[in-house]
Amino acid sequence: MSLSLPHARSVWQRNAAMYRRTWWLNILPNFFEPVMYLLSIGIGVGAYINQMGGTSYAAFLAPGLVCVAAMNGASFEVTYNIFVRLTFEKQYDAMLTTPIQPDDVLAGEILWAVTRATVYGGCFFLVVALFGLAPMPGALLVLGVVPLAGLLFSAIGIAFSLRVPTIEMFSFYFTLFLTPLFLFSDVFFPLHERLSGGWLWLAELLPLLHPVRLARLVFGQRQGGLVALWDVTYILVASALLLRWARSSMRARLVS
Amino acid sequence: MMIVSARGVTKHFGSRVAVAGIDLDVPAGTCFGLLGPNGAGKTTTLRMLYGVTRPTAGTIRVFDIDIAADPRAVRRRLGVTLQENVLIDALSPIDNLRVFGRYHLLREPGLMQRIDELIDFLELRSHATVAVQRLSGGFKRRLAIAMSLINRPELLILDEPTTGLDPAVRLALWARIRDLRAAGTTVLLTTHYMDEAERLCDRVAIVADGRVIAQDEPRTLVRAHLAREAVEFDCALDEEAALLSGLPPPRHRLRSGRRLIVYVDDAKPILERLHRGDPDDRRGLIVRPSNLEDVFLRLAGASLEGGA
Repeated sequence: MSLSLPHARSVWQRNAAMYRRTWWLNILPNFFEPVMYLLSIGIGVGAYINQMGGTSYAAFLAPGLVCVAAMNGASFEVTYNIFVRLTFEKQYDAMLTTPIQPDDVLAGEILWAVTRATVYGGCFFLVVALFGLAPMPGALLVLGVVPLAGLLFSAIGIAFSLRVPTIEMFSFYFTLFLTPLFLFSDVFFPLHERLSGGWLWLAELLPLLHPVRLARLVFGQRQGGLVALWDVTYILVASALLLRWARSSMRARLVS
Repeated sequence: MMIVSARGVTKHFGSRVAVAGIDLDVPAGTCFGLLGPNGAGKTTTLRMLYGVTRPTAGTIRVFDIDIAADPRAVRRRLGVTLQENVLIDALSPIDNLRVFGRYHLLREPGLMQRIDELIDFLELRSHATVAVQRLSGGFKRRLAIAMSLINRPELLILDEPTTGLDPAVRLALWARIRDLRAAGTTVLLTTHYMDEAERLCDRVAIVADGRVIAQDEPRTLVRAHLAREAVEFDCALDEEAALLSGLPPPRHRLRSGRRLIVYVDDAKPILERLHRGDPDDRRGLIVRPSNLEDVFLRLAGASLEGGA
């Protein structure tokens, strides 16, 4: 079996055609979540905080929340949506009556999840920019970080989704995995100022930390250098390994 | 030329044997029926033919291509209507067809032209732009069949095409399937409606417990396995011997509860006997030509479990 990009694109187009009809059902809940955080924590709580990480609290929150928006966009797509298409709607069974192969399905779905993450992250970046929290033009580079965050969380989510037996398992994924990541990945406070020694090394395992640090870099809140290189490497290598695993799961789920 | 040619195909799922050794030959331009009770292995067999289930043993060639070696090349040239409709509820029939056409890498303007043809062919025009979730079961089924025709397949595989549909929709679909066959498409369908198989198929294979137990033209099968006429009536087990005594013995009989069917070449003697003893027809007498359903019941057994 092999990957055919035109076929993967047709899978992407299927989702795009559907999304054009239902975007307002999908985009509202997930998109407004980080907006609420920005308003409540950034501006509400932020009023009591003089500064954090050398900037206003709302400005400190902004780059992390852009990545969280991307994480949410990708995660909903590759968990609930993919599970429904796989098990309830049997959409992939229909695709496999055409020349599409399991690898094309996986690639198309990942490209779509990255697209959706980019739309979410991009829209939220627009909000942040309108609030005057994004230093221009450097912060525009975050539009390159957002797809990386999307790729990473698509890969994590789909590797999980293809292995779980029931849809109920996703509540664990969200409450025990994504929520702690959201709270402890440098989004709300500078992680390196609160952790020390071995804990700092352990924190490097947190997937969300890496896109958040890259976003801080392009927002001018920290220096680049080797750490940025490590962040990009982490994202690409972890995604590649997880997708390789997901590929064998997808083949096993679709072809018996 | 054979469109499908399968030899010694088996499929095991763990310790369960779904297909226990099947040989199939589907000649070009024919309609071939795979008949059998639920769980007989029909769907598994179809899945192996288009390459999403891999046989445990045996070889399958479709269009003379080894399906294991090049499933993409085979699937480019065939269409499959799955047992359950797989549609995108939020989209209209036109959009569903467009999405499906792209799976085959069809491009505008050819794609829209083909969609237009299929909308006419399966009479989808009246609701072509309405979201699928608002359509009736018959309409959805016609759309599912239209989708499997988007690439002008040389081989159309239909898994229980008319199960659960009303008689008018079934008649209309049968007419369309005949049209396709007349235009040169090879059709392979599964069904457990014997009237459907008798009406549509040039050749049928009866499958039970993962094996082909009979394979021929429907009419030949009926002739080979049963007497010409079937006489059906209510008759308790303990009256059967007395009722039939002295008559030429029927070639076969089949009982389900109080209902008895006897198969005879000449129905006259038994009809006279029944009329004499039952002038008010309390036995619910029916006389009809033997059909494929009778062959099926005789070969595959009448039990609900499927198989003999």
